[in-house]
Amino acid sequence: MTPVISVRNLEKSFGSVVAARDINVEIPALQTVGIIGANGAGKTTFVNMITGHITPSSGSIWFSGKDVTGLPSRTICRMGISRSFQVAQIFPSLTVYENMCAAAAIARNNVSVLRFAVMPLLNPEAEAETEEAIDLFQLKKYRDAPAATLPQGVRKLLDIAMAVAGRPQVLLLDEPTSGISVEEKYDLMEIVMAALKSRKVTVLFVEHDMELVDRFAERVLAFYDGTVISDGAPAEVLGDPRVQELITGHALSKTGSAVHA
Amino acid sequence: MIERRHILGGSLFAASAVVGPFLPPWLISLLTIAFASALVVLGLIVLWRAGLVSFGQALYYAIGAYTVALFMRWTGIHDAFLAVILAALAAALTAFLVGFLLARYREIFFAMLSLALSMILYGVLVKTEALGSTDGFNVSQPTFLGYAPHGMELSIALYWYALGLGAIAAVLVGAYLRSVAGSLAIPVRDNEIRVEYLGVSATKLIHLKLVIAGTLGGVGGAIGAMAISHVDPNMSYWTTSGGFVFITILAGAGSVAAAFVGAVVFEIVRTMSVALLPGAWQLILGTVLLLTILFLPDGIGSLFMRRRRKAQEAAQ
Repeated sequence: MTPVISVRNLEKSFGSVVAARDINVEIPALQTVGIIGANGAGKTTFVNMITGHITPSSGSIWFSGKDVTGLPSRTICRMGISRSFQVAQIFPSLTVYENMCAAAAIARNNVSVLRFAVMPLLNPEAEAETEEAIDLFQLKKYRDAPAATLPQGVRKLLDIAMAVAGRPQVLLLDEPTSGISVEEKYDLMEIVMAALKSRKVTVLFVEHDMELVDRFAERVLAFYDGTVISDGAPAEVLGDPRVQELITGHALSKTGSAVHA
Repeated sequence: MIERRHILGGSLFAASAVVGPFLPPWLISLLTIAFASALVVLGLIVLWRAGLVSFGQALYYAIGAYTVALFMRWTGIHDAFLAVILAALAAALTAFLVGFLLARYREIFFAMLSLALSMILYGVLVKTEALGSTDGFNVSQPTFLGYAPHGMELSIALYWYALGLGAIAAVLVGAYLRSVAGSLAIPVRDNEIRVEYLGVSATKLIHLKLVIAGTLGGVGGAIGAMAISHVDPNMSYWTTSGGFVFITILAGAGSVAAAFVGAVVFEIVRTMSVALLPGAWQLILGTVLLLTILFLPDGIGSLFMRRRRKAQEAAQ
């Protein structure tokens, strides 16, 4: 089976600083992959290269058999790779409903800007889809609240819900639980993962909380110094002595539960 | 779906058309100029919503005005409809070309660059003797599909013409603001990164807004030139752009109708200020601007919006 994402010999340098080196990864469809590593290990650089935010220095990125290396982020997004950000990227002046409407309107219609100028924002189909997404991500309580007033966890949820509006095949979540209280983290991840499963999305998520990685990932990529030092099932990677020495700093318990990096 | 505001707008348009012939000449002239300004302000509203303040809209106003004047002078054809179409095309083309540069800039850089472009045109017009240099030149009297009025009849015809174009522009801009591209103005202002990561180019959206605003500016300039029967470089001077920005602050960016109300209020205040304090009329205008910013920061349009919101809340 063709992997949905295939990364070959990927490298990225910023001057003399090597942020990614010789990354080779294949992600099959519908897999949930956790990406771990200390700060500066190259996790976000990896996500940024796949989503077109930065261009790799060398190597290639393939999406469903198509070379997407160096394509603009919006083209990659249109092709089916979407993302959320460490800092939620929402429209603060709009309500949750309006945020979702705007996202649905853009994402559902792959047309030119000129066509967008004659296409009404609100129509029954778009409104129904928006309501469905609000239900799916459990945002109903905040439906008419201005996004600027939302708690951090809800902002993150909205950011992810917007990223999914275009029904992507692959979603990259960059630290979806950063800045969220410990109590909220699990709730948020439960909602997100259930929603993404129902939408049949391949997920790659960057995470520092090893318990969350262990709980939600089917596979883990461990980054260190710009490259993948361990790749496999969560228990296998989190139990890897190199990962424990260089990333987590702790051994995985026998029950499989892990601790923070 | 026809809403109350559409009926109200239609009624106001019809009432304005009917009372035209009964208005004093000075008021007809004032309103025609106000409608011309309102068209430019409609364009500014389109940009304003996306967080872009253009201090150079006089560029398109002057291009529209000079296109009409030159077209009539060189071809001997005086048809107002054809002249306005050409003015709109010339301004749209200019906006399209400068848009490749302007659409890349935001905030103060956008404002200053737009100002710089209009001042470049001002410099060119001032130095071009063939275009009348600082004096400019007169514009021929327009005809309307063969109808060639004179005197008061011409003033009324121009008033109706400006009113009609204003109504068409208001409907089209209203439809645009409700479209996907129009609705994305606030998202573009708030967060371009998310717009890009939803799969659409914020720069292209802004470029389109620039062309729409430029076209409206050109049509406004065409009407202005025909109403004043004269064009001169001051039409592209920064104070002209400043006047349009003033009206936009007065009107607010929340409502299409407010552009017309704001333009009419501005022209009345300016005319009365000049009559009351010929040497210091700017003092009154400045005070009005100050009071607007202090007590009506979202402009006259916010009054309509407040009423509409209350009506919606009452209906719920």
